[in-house]
Amino acid sequence: MSTPRAGHSATHDAGRLSALTVQDLKKSFGGVQAVQGVSFSVEPGTLLALIGPNGAGKTTCFNMLNGQLTPDSGSVKINGVEVVGKKPREVWRMGVGRTFQITATFPSMTVRENVQMALLSHHRRLANFWKRAGDLYRDEADKLLARVGMLEQAERPCSILAYGDLKRVELAVALANDPRLLLMDEPTAGMAPQERIALMALTAEIVRERGIAVLFTEHDMDVVFAHADRLIVLNRGRLIAAGTPAEVRSNAEVQQVYLGSRH
Amino acid sequence: MSSFVIQFLNGLAGASTLFLVAAGLSLIFGVTRIVNFAHGSLYMVGIYIAYSLIAKLGGGALGFWTGIALAALAVGLLGALIEMLLLRRIYHAPELFQLLATFGLTLVIKDAALWIWGAEDLLGPRAPGLGSSIDVLGKPLPEYDLLLIFIGPLVLGLLWLLLNRTRWGTLVRAATQDRDMVGALGVNQKWLFTGVFALGSLLAGLGGALQIPREPAQLFLDLTSISDAFVVVVIGGMGSIPGAFLAALLIAEIKALCYGIGQVTLFGTVISLSKLTLVVEFLVMAVVLIVRPWGLLGRPQSVAHVSSAHVEPPLRPVGPRLQRGAWALLAVLIALPFISTPYTVILGIDILVFALFAASLHFMMGPAGMVSFGHAAYMGLGAYGAGLLLKSAGAPMEVSLLAAPLLAGAGALVFGWFCVRLSGVYLAMLTLAFAQIAWSVMFQWDEFTGGSNGLVGIWPAAWLSGKTAFYYLALLLCGAGIWMLRHMLFSPWGYALRAGRDSPLRCDAIGIDLARLQWSAFVVVGMFGGLAGAVYAYSKGSISPDVMSIARSVDGLVMVLLGGVQTLSGPVVGAVVFTWLQDTIARNTDYWRALLGMTIIVLVLAFPQGIVGFIRSRFTRREDA
Repeated sequence: MSTPRAGHSATHDAGRLSALTVQDLKKSFGGVQAVQGVSFSVEPGTLLALIGPNGAGKTTCFNMLNGQLTPDSGSVKINGVEVVGKKPREVWRMGVGRTFQITATFPSMTVRENVQMALLSHHRRLANFWKRAGDLYRDEADKLLARVGMLEQAERPCSILAYGDLKRVELAVALANDPRLLLMDEPTAGMAPQERIALMALTAEIVRERGIAVLFTEHDMDVVFAHADRLIVLNRGRLIAAGTPAEVRSNAEVQQVYLGSRH
Repeated sequence: MSSFVIQFLNGLAGASTLFLVAAGLSLIFGVTRIVNFAHGSLYMVGIYIAYSLIAKLGGGALGFWTGIALAALAVGLLGALIEMLLLRRIYHAPELFQLLATFGLTLVIKDAALWIWGAEDLLGPRAPGLGSSIDVLGKPLPEYDLLLIFIGPLVLGLLWLLLNRTRWGTLVRAATQDRDMVGALGVNQKWLFTGVFALGSLLAGLGGALQIPREPAQLFLDLTSISDAFVVVVIGGMGSIPGAFLAALLIAEIKALCYGIGQVTLFGTVISLSKLTLVVEFLVMAVVLIVRPWGLLGRPQSVAHVSSAHVEPPLRPVGPRLQRGAWALLAVLIALPFISTPYTVILGIDILVFALFAASLHFMMGPAGMVSFGHAAYMGLGAYGAGLLLKSAGAPMEVSLLAAPLLAGAGALVFGWFCVRLSGVYLAMLTLAFAQIAWSVMFQWDEFTGGSNGLVGIWPAAWLSGKTAFYYLALLLCGAGIWMLRHMLFSPWGYALRAGRDSPLRCDAIGIDLARLQWSAFVVVGMFGGLAGAVYAYSKGSISPDVMSIARSVDGLVMVLLGGVQTLSGPVVGAVVFTWLQDTIARNTDYWRALLGMTIIVLVLAFPQGIVGFIRSRFTRREDA
């Protein structure tokens, strides 16, 4: 099995380095073709929004990228390395962070401990039966928490946090393995409008300073047009448009199937 | 050949009874989500009531069948009462507390039966007009068995009509799929639940009453029938009535086949298949759970609605006050032999052993989030490991004491490999299956383990032969074990286990291999359970298969739940209270089970978070609460 580093140089040879390259991805459930030959790529330090109406295949597409679902055919390369057939935890080790539509954190732990868990896993220290977990990678965890504005709440249990704060914790957890790619499924779902803009602004700032590539799905068009560098539009399992926000906005087919109801 | 046919027909008759009991259990679980441990007791009560009623009503056909019908109705009524008086108050309690409450109920019912009917086996009359046998290929088949063969499918058909052709049945099926939604649609859940519980109880009572001509009323039938019924429900798929029928048929026929074949010779060794009947249902369950974890006709369980009310607070290191308390407790324990009677020292050893046993089970159930119904297996493997190393391998006592936990750990390595593929009730049932398989090996392997008599003469080395010396050894080993378990909870490994319990999804997304982690937890916990068993064996001087029986596993569960799952000192407090209560009550009354059962029920109703959880919530104010 090749390491991410080896794959890294392999794509260099090809001339251009994409953090994520998806080619001709297909998946059907029974007779329903949920995703029918989708291809796209994401560049480091940019945000790509995946949008589309309900049932367009966004979540299916998303879950194939980090190994939660196995595609029927097609290829998913992260830093040039094929990930189809790998488990989510293996994909994570290749430098992919993930946040969920409904936040997944450890409610019986404090905010800091949540981040420490990801750091302990990243540094492969989980098989340690004796040291106190709370003493390990504490400063590193606090640095990440400070970056997402959650340091003041580091000692609070995740079970009592406001939802917007949980989303920030999840972002800090996702950043713990120093990812090259972030997959964010509906990062602002369930948040108040003002919080949405703030969280995405923070995310955009962090990924640009660290050169992380981001793929996110989103329903809120204000968030999408304010922060995405590029957009791809999915409808009934097919990619119907790709480009900058301005290009997609003026695309006739997109307006008809998706934005049509809004304008 | 003819004997096979007879065994097959016998199997069909047995399947009917098994189905009646299991169908009721499945129905109750499907709607109320309560795993009713007292279901076997209802079956047992059905036999007893039928016995008394038939004796009162006279032996004619009318008296016999009226007696059976009335017995079933009476048990249904008893079920309705239980639901209204007890279960209604605990529908929102954690799943395990409901189980604990129904377990308390089995103790109360058993002693009530002892009080009313006495300890003697009571054999009822034969069914009037059905007392003879018919000839099948030259072998006799009791006519009554023939009747039973038809009753199973008949009840299945009636249940199908009830569930699919009536409004009430539609509501029951809807509630099985999503009871919150049924409630939201304005259905009065209270009476629906009472009705379902009464119907399920009636079926158990009917199953029992119909056994009257075949089997005497006995007090141990509650436990044997509940484990059979659990197995059938799990194999068939929890909540599925046709599944229960299919599973009952499967189990009864495989058992009949084992009896029919008798002994086979395989590779030169004689294997008795009829001995296998003790364990065959658990073997089948283990295979089904591994291949099809949700049962033959069940559906994969939807993710339960997680209630944030039960999330435990983050771990905190012991504060200075508690630390001083722990040192004071240790000082008292060290001084105990000087300030108390020899009897207390012996009781003290028991308490230390069970405190470690409960602490290891708690580690599994609480932090690691895997409920085990078969934790006594590790205690048993440790006890037998120590005994066999001493007796058969001739190892010195000190060596056997330290090697026994490794044997238990090896057992856990095997069991755990299968178990970590499952979760929730199914995982719990698979642990039960493995414990039962281990138990029956110890029970039947006469030449090696001493069979049902067990091993005797397991005495410690001379320097530990005094009770006081052995008490200090137990204090050292069990104390160190409990301390180590606690210490590991704060390690990265312990944290990772809690992470796996909190959110498997997030674990997977941060690179944690949860199955392997949980597997390692099985091994570690198994070793500590084994240590408790080894100390136990040397403290008693003898061991029997009882050390790894279902009842012992249940004792462990009760200790952990009494103390409180969400606290670290809970299992120790639970073990102390349970062992002491059992000892005190048992010495003072014949009805100690009833008192223990009542105590458990009262504790569940009064302290749903366990004793320590209650104390903590009384004396500390939670941040932001």
